[in-house]
Amino acid sequence: MKKDIICTVCPVGCNITVEGSDDEVTVIEGYSCKRGKEYGSQEFLHPVRILTTTVKIEGAAEELLPVRSEQPLPKELIMDCMKVISHTVVKTPVRRYDAVIPNICNSGVDIVATGSFE
Amino acid sequence: MYEVTCDVAIIGGGPAGLSAAVAAKKEGAEKVLIIERDKNIGGILQQCIHPGFGLSYFKQELTGPEYAGRFGEEALKLGVEVLRDSMVLEIDPGNQMIVCVSSENGMTKVTADSIVLAMGCREKTRANIRIPGTRPAGIYTAGAAQRLVNRQNIMVGKNVVILGSGDIGMIMARRMSLEGAKVLAVIEIMDFLAGLTRNKVQCLDDFGIPLKLSHTITGIVGNERVEGVYVAQVDENKKPRKETEEFIACDTLLLSVGLLPENELTRKAQISISDVTNGPDVNQYMQTSIPSVFACGNVVHVNDLVDNVTVESMQAGKHAARYAMDKISDNPKEIQCVTGNNVRYLCPQRLRLDDQGKVKLFFRVLAPEADVRLQAKSNGRIIAVKKERLVNPGEMCSIQIPVGELDSDVVVEVIKEAVF
Repeated sequence: MKKDIICTVCPVGCNITVEGSDDEVTVIEGYSCKRGKEYGSQEFLHPVRILTTTVKIEGAAEELLPVRSEQPLPKELIMDCMKVISHTVVKTPVRRYDAVIPNICNSGVDIVATGSFE
Repeated sequence: MYEVTCDVAIIGGGPAGLSAAVAAKKEGAEKVLIIERDKNIGGILQQCIHPGFGLSYFKQELTGPEYAGRFGEEALKLGVEVLRDSMVLEIDPGNQMIVCVSSENGMTKVTADSIVLAMGCREKTRANIRIPGTRPAGIYTAGAAQRLVNRQNIMVGKNVVILGSGDIGMIMARRMSLEGAKVLAVIEIMDFLAGLTRNKVQCLDDFGIPLKLSHTITGIVGNERVEGVYVAQVDENKKPRKETEEFIACDTLLLSVGLLPENELTRKAQISISDVTNGPDVNQYMQTSIPSVFACGNVVHVNDLVDNVTVESMQAGKHAARYAMDKISDNPKEIQCVTGNNVRYLCPQRLRLDDQGKVKLFFRVLAPEADVRLQAKSNGRIIAVKKERLVNPGEMCSIQIPVGELDSDVVVEVIKEAVF
């Protein structure tokens, strides 16, 4: 298996080519720093993303509470997580970094508030 | 009339205003007042719920609300006061006066020793770029759609075309996709991406959204609601090639076609404005042509990273506080910063020579270029050099120069490195 990856670590955006199998990188080329090499391998073996979205909030002047996944989530879980989040309603008070959905989709990752509403 | 007196008055409670307020307080200004037209402080960052902020300032990737939250809380803890829901109508630096209005207090007169302009910018609209066609519902600027979706819980459409590959446009492409809409295409008139590469990867490629470079929208169709748009390739003069025109059926068009610093108050106060940035020209103290008025953030020049806004806004806040405490001399000798090869503008545009410290000059290039040397010259002598692997108009460049000993204008240029 071979994948072309554009590095997103810094603005240069190196074109990294990675070859390997599901659980091993055999060849990685085109990166120009250590962080780029790590990113290329991770992106080849198992792409992850920070998910940011909103949940409905009751009792605040605002309609929505901004939230994020505390750690990056496996990319393939993102739309499943969005489904769970769309059915969630939280109540005030909420402080920044409170877990509003612990262990979303059994990923081991919490969805946490990024804003505070009294 | 309701009256307030302060040392430093800051217009706008977004990232620029909050950073300026924090710095003014820390410099020793006693009473620092932010005047904000929204219900809450934080500005546009409140709706920028995505990550990518703070990598250079906090060395940590934060979302907009987290970044704004940190500065907002710090400002309030330091005792910065805020007039919320208050719209500034006029500034009159000659009389050290600001007039604003709010439902709570009615007409309000604020008297301040120094003023910091931190009003930010606003989006270009359909009228600014003159797209032909009918005028149906369903056409939004990307930032307006972002506010509706992220703060007001109003979904703006189902099948979406986005014009402009700026960061806000790409981020909205991802946001709309996550919320269940189908984004059919992102259309960009230039032959290169306007925003950051990482946003193309994470916002477009992740969701299989096509990016059409060298294309533009040639017409909008629909009476009540948008029914679709005509899209065509453009030639090297950015003229649409009629034979390439295709129709994309959609119900929503988002425009991410650039930002304009919001300078109505600045113009009315007869503060000098740069033709290139559309913002006030400033020196390294972020001081405008009127010595008691400072400016920072997107009202000066449109930034791509809030971290840079924070750094320059802290200069504005610090020196506005010093001005209020009579620690800055009026009418210093100044030199100009001049644009050389492949440099569109420089900020600050002027340098006070009574400050011998180092100054970081921010600038944007005119065209993308690889393997270049950024250099600053004065009197024919090179005073600073920096190598870059890649420069492009979407990403701000900077170079640090020593001001000590300078006596004539500084030219900044981008030179192609010979490759052996």
